[in-house]
Amino acid sequence: MDSKATELKGKERYKSGVLEYRRMGYWNADYVPKDTDLLALFRITPQDGVDPIEAAAAVAGESSTATWTVCWTDRLTAADKYRAKAYKVEPVPNGPGSYFAYIAYDLDLFEPGSIANLAASIIGNVFGFKPLKALRLEDMRLPVAYVKTYQGPATGIIVERERLDKFGRPLLGATVKPKLGLSGRNYGRVVYEALKGGLDFTKDDENINSQPFMHWRERFLYCMEAINRAQASTGEIKGSYLNVTAATMEDMYERAEFAKSLGSVVVMIDLVIGWTAIQSMAKWARRNDMILHLHRAGHSTYTRQKSHGVSFRVIAKWARLAGVDHIHAGTVVGKLEGDPATTRGYYDVCREDFNPRSLETGIFFDQHWASIGKVMPVASGGIHAGQMHQLLDLFGDDVVLQFGGGTIGHPAGIQAGATANRVALEAMVLARNEGRDMLKDGPQILAEAAKWCTPLKQALETWQDVTFTYASTDTPDFVPTVTAAE
Amino acid sequence: MKVTQGTFSFLPDLTDRQIKAQVQYCLDHGWAVNVEFTDDPHPRNTYWEMWDLPMFEVRDAAGVMYEINKCRAVYGGTHYIRVTAFDNSHGCESVKLSFLASRPTSEPGFALTRTEGSGRSIVYQTRSYATDEAEGKRYQGMDART
Repeated sequence: MDSKATELKGKERYKSGVLEYRRMGYWNADYVPKDTDLLALFRITPQDGVDPIEAAAAVAGESSTATWTVCWTDRLTAADKYRAKAYKVEPVPNGPGSYFAYIAYDLDLFEPGSIANLAASIIGNVFGFKPLKALRLEDMRLPVAYVKTYQGPATGIIVERERLDKFGRPLLGATVKPKLGLSGRNYGRVVYEALKGGLDFTKDDENINSQPFMHWRERFLYCMEAINRAQASTGEIKGSYLNVTAATMEDMYERAEFAKSLGSVVVMIDLVIGWTAIQSMAKWARRNDMILHLHRAGHSTYTRQKSHGVSFRVIAKWARLAGVDHIHAGTVVGKLEGDPATTRGYYDVCREDFNPRSLETGIFFDQHWASIGKVMPVASGGIHAGQMHQLLDLFGDDVVLQFGGGTIGHPAGIQAGATANRVALEAMVLARNEGRDMLKDGPQILAEAAKWCTPLKQALETWQDVTFTYASTDTPDFVPTVTAAE
Repeated sequence: MKVTQGTFSFLPDLTDRQIKAQVQYCLDHGWAVNVEFTDDPHPRNTYWEMWDLPMFEVRDAAGVMYEINKCRAVYGGTHYIRVTAFDNSHGCESVKLSFLASRPTSEPGFALTRTEGSGRSIVYQTRSYATDEAEGKRYQGMDART
């Protein structure tokens, strides 16, 4: 992109009135980002006639120090340092009218360890800015100096596995269904059957809190009866994500304390409680040896459309800093939105200590995590035992595979559904470790196990042909191209 | 009942050929394999007895199988024996795979006791029937009790 417009300095720069953002110092094509800068990549769609560089400069301005007119009070500050700087603007491949704008922010602009502060700057007023038709935060590079101001996951993948004594395979879960209407006693029945049948976890759904048909204490008490019974009948550690989402922090703490007093290993919150509440619960979870499960309820309102909002990869980065242990990150093959390459990028953000720039998975920046804990991604929504080879191939071992309908909807009952999933999983891990080609032999591996495992046979017969093949809306902008051999 | 701790406990007990393949998978990844045994299968009994140190130097599954079989000769039928693989690389430094290689001839299971607390809360305790006997004397002549 052309970078002709030069920044004004001195008296001219601070003359009262309106000045282009690019001339106020929010555009600097020569700027070399410092290792300690926070970097953001925005997808900007300027209004017709708005120059993309001016639009990028405006985003930098509005998300840092600028307002619509020149203010002399800037001169009381080290304004050059505090101004965010757009330093690169390039057209989006195959996206006419849209541009990628790279913006650098000085570390001093942000309060240490506060996602609320970060979000208020980066996705604050700027998203309603009139000269833009649409704006999307695609990715961020968070410098190590900034990462180190966060606690990170309360437990982390490694410690979670050690506590649960479960290694070498994905964990298995199921969301209790129907999600609304069960009494506490009936709810616990589903939990018991699923855990005894072979699952590691069951889960409250995002909107099961404390309703007339089941107040929260009833749910917690009956769930703990179910968990302990299942533990005694299998010799394995079991858990159920008790959703403590509530109207106030005081209510959430009360529920979390009760869960702890009953011996639960895990509690759950919804993304809609907000970043401050999430960070509070993460600190509580760290203090109380509790795994913290995050359901990403509400995210699709701003992550799904490519033109406007915030990419889920940014939400995943923030959630890792904020300190959750589990986050729903997509299934690819299930019922909810999820392009394979883009989803791969989310999983990498959760689980790796270093994410190299990888445009084909939507990762725009190298990201060092500085040994902060790893978040266990959760694959949930419309998956079943017949897809086990695909799921294991896509996600590897460090993931919770959640089969809600795929457990509870089993024709022979919930225990049978759970057993079918556990057997399918263990058979597939065994075969993979023996060196078999899962993707090719997967259906055959499942069929072999189904010969001695009737529940698996029934599951395969019931769901064999169920697939969800719809086009994804949130897909990578860059595809790997094959370079011709010399 | 069948204790389902370990990665492959929902499958039929692994044959030696299958165990060897899993061990080879671990060795191929550079993990150190360890053999452990216990007669206390409580789900929170973390520290099983070690059958010697983890085999950091062994790179051949046959060597591990030899140790598993030696352990079985002493503890087979009266103890659980598990194979555990450790990855010492940064970011893990923990267990990567852990599965049973031998079980007691019969498994009596666990009792769940409930102590009623205030309100409706209950304190649960999981207790293995086998641990009614002293350590080392468990799972002997169990058949009559199961």
